[in-house]
Amino acid sequence: MIEFRNVSKRFGPVVALNSVNMEFSAGNITGIFGPNGAGKSTIMKLIAGINYPDQGDVKLDGENPRAKRQSVAYLPEIDHLYPWWTLRQAADFISTFYSDWDYGRYKELLPFLNLDEQMIMGKISKGQRAKCKLLLVLARKAPYLLLDEPFSGIDLLTREEIADAVIKGYREGEQAIIISTHEIDEIESLVEKVVFIDQGRIQLSGDAEQLRMERNKSLVEIMKEVFRHGNQQI
Amino acid sequence: MDFDNSQPIYMQIIDEYKKNIIRSKLKKGDKIPSQREYAQMVRVNPNTVQRAYREMENMDMVETLRGQGTFISAGEQMREQMAKEMAGKVMKHFIHEMRSLGYEDAMIMDMLKCELEPMEEGEQVDRV
Repeated sequence: MIEFRNVSKRFGPVVALNSVNMEFSAGNITGIFGPNGAGKSTIMKLIAGINYPDQGDVKLDGENPRAKRQSVAYLPEIDHLYPWWTLRQAADFISTFYSDWDYGRYKELLPFLNLDEQMIMGKISKGQRAKCKLLLVLARKAPYLLLDEPFSGIDLLTREEIADAVIKGYREGEQAIIISTHEIDEIESLVEKVVFIDQGRIQLSGDAEQLRMERNKSLVEIMKEVFRHGNQQI
Repeated sequence: MDFDNSQPIYMQIIDEYKKNIIRSKLKKGDKIPSQREYAQMVRVNPNTVQRAYREMENMDMVETLRGQGTFISAGEQMREQMAKEMAGKVMKHFIHEMRSLGYEDAMIMDMLKCELEPMEEGEQVDRV
């Protein structure tokens, strides 16, 4: 389980997170939705142990995230793969770092994502690079999988391939996947739990099916409603 | 299958199976996809599919046999009952909406007849 208790984080004068409380449990796919600059990536980085809270606690299975880095597979928003690497070289590199590397899963997802091991990171399209990044995190048996903006700037067909691969790669019951995005359309039916965040605060969170039932609205419509009303607590 | 994202997805999965049973596209004893296969087929969270399958099991619509898969268990009696229920829901909704537009029952009947007649002869009439 991942727990946030009264977590605040600033970057200079900018408040990225403001007294955030939430929990993520294993066996769920959670969507963190919000506009650019809402605090989504900050949440991801705190869980990944890359940033630390100014106030409050982030706990991963009761421990400091820095001590649990082996439990987290993190797909960052930026391109973190060396441009001269082939996909195979990137995979070899990552597999030496993480004991949970699953070569079988890697081999299985390669053709599923229409990827080739000999592809050179600096020479392929943005969409193909996004799929490579996804493959490299899905091939780990990590209990926590963080996908930070996996769809941003990616064409529609590739987005669908990414969504399909997430379902195929998802280890039900034993894995928590957290996806941050401002493009909800692609993953309406993928997420079970949702957190709507804006200006560093959680505006609404809950069970996706429950929210649909209560409001007769899609998550996209709910997001528009929530962010239009600003800081209303629901 | 395209989902209406403003309604719970697990209910839409159940309704889809109900429709297939009502139209006899699925019959008692037919094997249906595993939860994982279905989740991948329709691009839905596997836990949502699990919830739909669990509810269908509780309603005795389907049964899961260990190591063999999930099968339709609804028989003729249940088929008829489901058809009645679903049709009833559609009718109620239709009548409610028409009344909320201010139509009297007699007018609704006339309009229905009018709309249905050309369709019986297999032709489509465009109305403005």
